[in-house]
Amino acid sequence: MNILDIAAKLAPGMLVSIQIFLVTLILSLPLGLLVAFGRMSKIKTVSYLCKIYISIMRGTPLMLQLMVVYFGPYYIFGVSITGSYRIVATVIGFVINYAAYFAEIYRSGIQSMSGGQYEAAKILGYTKSQTFFVIILPQVIKRILPSVTNEVITLVKDTSLAFTISVAEMFTMAKALASSTTSMYPFVCAALFYYIFNAIVAFVMEFIEKKLDYYK
Amino acid sequence: MSLLNMKSVKKSFDGVEILKDISLEVGEGEILSIIGPSGSGKSTLLRCATLLEDMDDGELSYNGNTVCKSVEGKSVYESSAALKKISECFGLVFQNFNLFPHMNVLQNICDAPIRVQKRDRTSVKEEAFELLKKMGLFDKAKAYPYQLSGGQSQRVAIARALALNPKILFFDEPTSALDPELTGEVLRVIKSLSDLNIAMVIVTHEMAFAREISDKVIFMSGGVIVEAGTPDVVFASDNEKTKNFIGALNK
Repeated sequence: MNILDIAAKLAPGMLVSIQIFLVTLILSLPLGLLVAFGRMSKIKTVSYLCKIYISIMRGTPLMLQLMVVYFGPYYIFGVSITGSYRIVATVIGFVINYAAYFAEIYRSGIQSMSGGQYEAAKILGYTKSQTFFVIILPQVIKRILPSVTNEVITLVKDTSLAFTISVAEMFTMAKALASSTTSMYPFVCAALFYYIFNAIVAFVMEFIEKKLDYYK
Repeated sequence: MSLLNMKSVKKSFDGVEILKDISLEVGEGEILSIIGPSGSGKSTLLRCATLLEDMDDGELSYNGNTVCKSVEGKSVYESSAALKKISECFGLVFQNFNLFPHMNVLQNICDAPIRVQKRDRTSVKEEAFELLKKMGLFDKAKAYPYQLSGGQSQRVAIARALALNPKILFFDEPTSALDPELTGEVLRVIKSLSDLNIAMVIVTHEMAFAREISDKVIFMSGGVIVEAGTPDVVFASDNEKTKNFIGALNK
């Protein structure tokens, strides 16, 4: 079997991996911002809860979290789980995990902003939300972009963890194919897939960075 | 009725009294300079007047509209909606400009009038170009703050404050971050505003400038007003503290 045949066999899995990646990114970026707000909240309880949440998400393996999200409903609440819940559980697991990391990245960016920007905005009459979305956030995005790129690249590779709950993403299929054909080539193909995927991610992020290069 | 009225303002930070009973008034179109050594409370006074800090005790009003009243030794502020309305009448120019780095000069000036005051985009832009012309920065409309010198940045910051049509403009050491040459260009611009009939309160270490431009000068030291009056009176004062401070700067 040549590499193109293998790639064709793995193609459905690649689509699943890409889906996990995109949905996780689209949902965890805004959720992370909310968690960051919570973490910086003046209400002690909210801030403390967010801190615990972040601590658990960062302190335990994503693989374990996926299993908890997938099997939890059955073992904890006795709800019977169906096969279609697999992909939902995967996405939930990834989103809550990545939101925690993004939250800390947002927080570092927001807290690095000088007080002068807030004061200038206040004097000019901007409301709190205008100040955040018009003045602060655009500058924060520029500052945190390199850290976000790091996370996004990790996410590409982490999609392979979905195999723990038997989601038929690309790596799950590559392993099955490797053992059924007793060949290393499916793994070579998998490696190429991740590498090219990440090369594209890096290219896109670099493009955005360049776009934001118009000011310092 | 005076435009700005501060009465018995007190402010402490961590138990250290920065302002001890400061009272002052500024009339329409009047120019007041506040001079004094570093740490005498000048900037804190400005920050209290512009609502960036809450004072501990004392009263503040603009145009007869109460910002805060003293009740049983504590300042009680009006609702934030009322404060927002009142704060439309003043502007503040910072020592370190605080321009928005991601906006070009024109956007820095126009964004607040359009977004906050909901004024018409075209007329705001026209006005902004007028202001830039006045500031000698007509060709910098599309430049970003990082491309400007300190003096140019400060002139943009002044234009940005003026674009909201304040009745009174505060300057917090507007030239302290600038070298002597750039200081000159900013001071010339501030001077040129005196015919706009905008009241100005200027915290500055530029004595010659304060003396020339002001209707009134206040000398502050250790959180109190040591001396207040016309420039001629304050600069010819017999008061030991005042004389020492002014003398030290003139050497």
